Amino acid sequence: MSWVDDWGLSLATFLPALGVLVLMFLPNRESLLKITGTAFAGLALVAGIISAVRFDYGASDQIQLEVNSTWIESIGARYHVGVDGMSLPLLLLSLLVCFLCMIYMWWHIPAPGKTKALFALVLLLETGMNGTFVALDLILFFIFFELVLVPMYFMIGIWGGPNRDYASVKFFLYTLFGSIFMLLGFLALWINSGNETFDMIALRDTTGNASELFQNLVFLGLFLGFAIKVPMWPFHTWLPDAHTEAPTVGSVLLAAVLLKMGTYGFIRIALPILPDAAVTFAPLIGILAVIGIIWGSLCCFAQTDLKRLIAFSSVGHMGFVMLGIATLTDTGINGAVFGMVAHGLITGMLFFLAGSIHERYHTREIAELGGVLKQIPRFGTVFSFAAIASLGLPGLAGFWGEMLALLGAYQPAPGLNVELFRVLMVIGGIGTVLTAGYLLWTVQRVNLGTVPDKFAAGKGIFDVERLEWTAWTPLLLLIVVAGFYPALLTNVTADAVGTLAGIFGA
Amino acid sequence: MDPLLAQSVTQPGVDWHALAPELVMASAACIVLVADLFLPRNSRWIAMPLSAAGIIGTLAAVVSLIGTETTTLAGTFEVDVFSLLFKALFCVLGLIILAISFHYFRGGSYYQGEYYFLLLCSLFGGLVIASARDLISLFIALELISIPGIVMVALRKGDARSNEGALKFFLFSVLSSAVMLYGMSLVYGLTGSTLLAEISSSIEASDQPIIVLSVFFVVVGFAFKISAVPFHFWAPDTYEGAPSPVAAFLSTASKIGGFVGLLVLMFKAFPTVADTWAPVFGVLAALTMTVGNLIALRQQQVIRLLAYSGIAQSGYILVCLALISPNPGDQAANEQAFAAAVIYLAIYGIMDLGAFAAAVAFARRGGTYFISDYAGLWQRSPQLALLFGGFLISLAGAPPMAGLIAKLFVFAATIEAGVYWLAIVMGVNTVIAAWYYLAVIKKMFFETPEIDEPVEVPYLMTAAMGLATAVLVGLLIYPALLIDLADRSIF
Repeated sequence: MSWVDDWGLSLATFLPALGVLVLMFLPNRESLLKITGTAFAGLALVAGIISAVRFDYGASDQIQLEVNSTWIESIGARYHVGVDGMSLPLLLLSLLVCFLCMIYMWWHIPAPGKTKALFALVLLLETGMNGTFVALDLILFFIFFELVLVPMYFMIGIWGGPNRDYASVKFFLYTLFGSIFMLLGFLALWINSGNETFDMIALRDTTGNASELFQNLVFLGLFLGFAIKVPMWPFHTWLPDAHTEAPTVGSVLLAAVLLKMGTYGFIRIALPILPDAAVTFAPLIGILAVIGIIWGSLCCFAQTDLKRLIAFSSVGHMGFVMLGIATLTDTGINGAVFGMVAHGLITGMLFFLAGSIHERYHTREIAELGGVLKQIPRFGTVFSFAAIASLGLPGLAGFWGEMLALLGAYQPAPGLNVELFRVLMVIGGIGTVLTAGYLLWTVQRVNLGTVPDKFAAGKGIFDVERLEWTAWTPLLLLIVVAGFYPALLTNVTADAVGTLAGIFGA
Repeated sequence: MDPLLAQSVTQPGVDWHALAPELVMASAACIVLVADLFLPRNSRWIAMPLSAAGIIGTLAAVVSLIGTETTTLAGTFEVDVFSLLFKALFCVLGLIILAISFHYFRGGSYYQGEYYFLLLCSLFGGLVIASARDLISLFIALELISIPGIVMVALRKGDARSNEGALKFFLFSVLSSAVMLYGMSLVYGLTGSTLLAEISSSIEASDQPIIVLSVFFVVVGFAFKISAVPFHFWAPDTYEGAPSPVAAFLSTASKIGGFVGLLVLMFKAFPTVADTWAPVFGVLAALTMTVGNLIALRQQQVIRLLAYSGIAQSGYILVCLALISPNPGDQAANEQAFAAAVIYLAIYGIMDLGAFAAAVAFARRGGTYFISDYAGLWQRSPQLALLFGGFLISLAGAPPMAGLIAKLFVFAATIEAGVYWLAIVMGVNTVIAAWYYLAVIKKMFFETPEIDEPVEVPYLMTAAMGLATAVLVGLLIYPALLIDLADRSIF
């Protein structure tokens, strides 16, 4: 099985792209298209799982399953892929969620149909997302990072809600704007390296002698690219629009995987390559993160649309992830990675549910809903479960990320202002209360109460379907498992995060 | 013979093999013209396969020269990787243009034979300019590209806009030629040579202000040809009035010819005074991309949109010229910039021609060029919409196509040369440009069509566009194919 070590990650990345090509030449037969699309996502998942099996968990701080071969020789860009303890969980998350989205689409293709195009776009998106998490070369990373723009733009634009024109263009231009400055930062690192390399690992040794101004400017460029993707307050405004208008699978993929590309960029690229600038920027990132937590939570109270509410809750949750990263500590960054995976599982689940609610009630207005638990009890239970997981109940996945991030803020890395971070911790703590508040309030309004008259007849309102169970069960199980046995994930991430945090002396 | 005369006039040696591509192309042009005389009216279309055969023959001649590095005609004509790369590019672009033209000219009441003859003449000029290494051959090659172009623009004789476009093109072309010639005559007067290499070595010794002036005249002349702002006014009107395949030709092959001449001249003749002209190109580049993009935002009509977007794209190529420094220590950065220009030209040619092809395909049967008419094209003709969308995405610089690679190399060269302000201007412009490309995509994919009638696209055009798409995707996955060539073509 040693060939897997060389090919596993590339297969996981490019099998979906191959699927796009195959789909394009298939006849327009619904079931054939669905089987083919799902098969390619499934094969990629299998490649990912086999890679995960071959991964040596005893050395998770090392880059493994590495491939490093010539690509664009003249500028020193190489096809360099590999995973360590920080990227492996995210890769698996992406593979799993894409596969589950495929299954969910068996159940429901949003208007205006076009099965072939939708499956092809999800597969193209998957290549971009998986590639981002395995790339160890900045140019390769950049191409994958950009590759997600186009399919997501089309997904929102074609299958989106009434305001889809605005949302899709805003998503595209906002992200493009950020990634151009990110690219300029990459190129500055490349020039500064002297021997013209784009290798993320090799670049770590090249920035030590650069001037402080240079490091800060480059960090600012990377920050713009990643912070827009996360998104951090005040760059978050594209997110609620994109989420609200996107079709269900688009929202799920956006929340579960796409946002992680930004936070992953921080811990994979910005922090290790520019540690001094990271210390300079950490307080700013921490403050913006906490503003995001509070802002996102407060906005949730004002939302009337269920999907928009979940979107703003993402802003808050990603704020916790960014707060964890800003502490530059072992605890904080472990919490951040945990938070990324947990948010991927839970918010992905919530968007699935929001989509399914829309399919049943043809509305997402919270005020129009009610008594879901009474009318379709299993669905209501799943909804309550996901919402409670999202608010960070101990014992479920959402808890650990927030807890560790706040814990990390109590004692940030040396060189950071302890008082400031403790204040941030307290405000973040208030944020968890607000989060609990709006989520419980939402559960109360949607799930409890009486069934509104217009839905009382129950026409078209059915309980969880078999295909929905198939798509959701893995997520629900993982939320519980990660909640009860967090070491499953932290054991994988700890060594890699430890090495990263070691740079900052914590 | 008088011995004195025999001494002073030496017959330049001719390397016929080195001239093979030009000879094949020129013969093909003549054959097409003559054949047209004898063909019956309803089989005049045969001129197109004849031309295609001529271009393929030329391409074969180019291929046979691979690996050759030689000069002939007393040093005025050089065969190297650079010239072969562009000769091959002109052939490929020529073939795609033929594919676009065939149904267009066959359908209307056009003089088909003349059109193909003129097109081949223009391509012939392109072949020559890639190899021209002295002022006279450079100038003749440039005129060979543009003058047939003027006639081609006027081919829609009954249409006032076609006449207007041709007249504007003619006047600007003549004006720019005059300015350029004046500059060239100054250069000759100062250096006593028309050979670029000799000009370069004698300019080294002198740094008179008159050199700056003459270089400036030459640059302005070229700026007209490549429609750089503020010398761009003719381009959108001319493109709009011209038969659309001709607009496609002007925006790609013809413009690339201008850029090739500019690169040859600047790098072969004036590299030592780069500190005088590089800042001029910096200003031209910034103006060209910004103004081109801002005006493109307001266009309602696809050909005009592509015209302005093409102007903006020229700006990105001009950036490469703004990065050159005469300092020997900056050799590596200069080479990077040169390679970036070559890469951008090649990728731009294919993607922009693809976009024009899609526009022509859409308008073929009574369709129009108004962007509003593209609404819901995806539902009427998924293939065409997908191909067009792909080219637009590539022009915008996003994956999964090679437009991103082109921009990447220009950005890399800009950062390497340390001209950060241009990098920022270019970055902002990339975002602005994405807006109007997306606007067309939005129309095609996100809106519902007013009529359901499918748009039929001839197989020939679909094949040409499909091939261009495959090349562009291939160049994103494995860009080294093009980049190695570009690196080896550095002077």
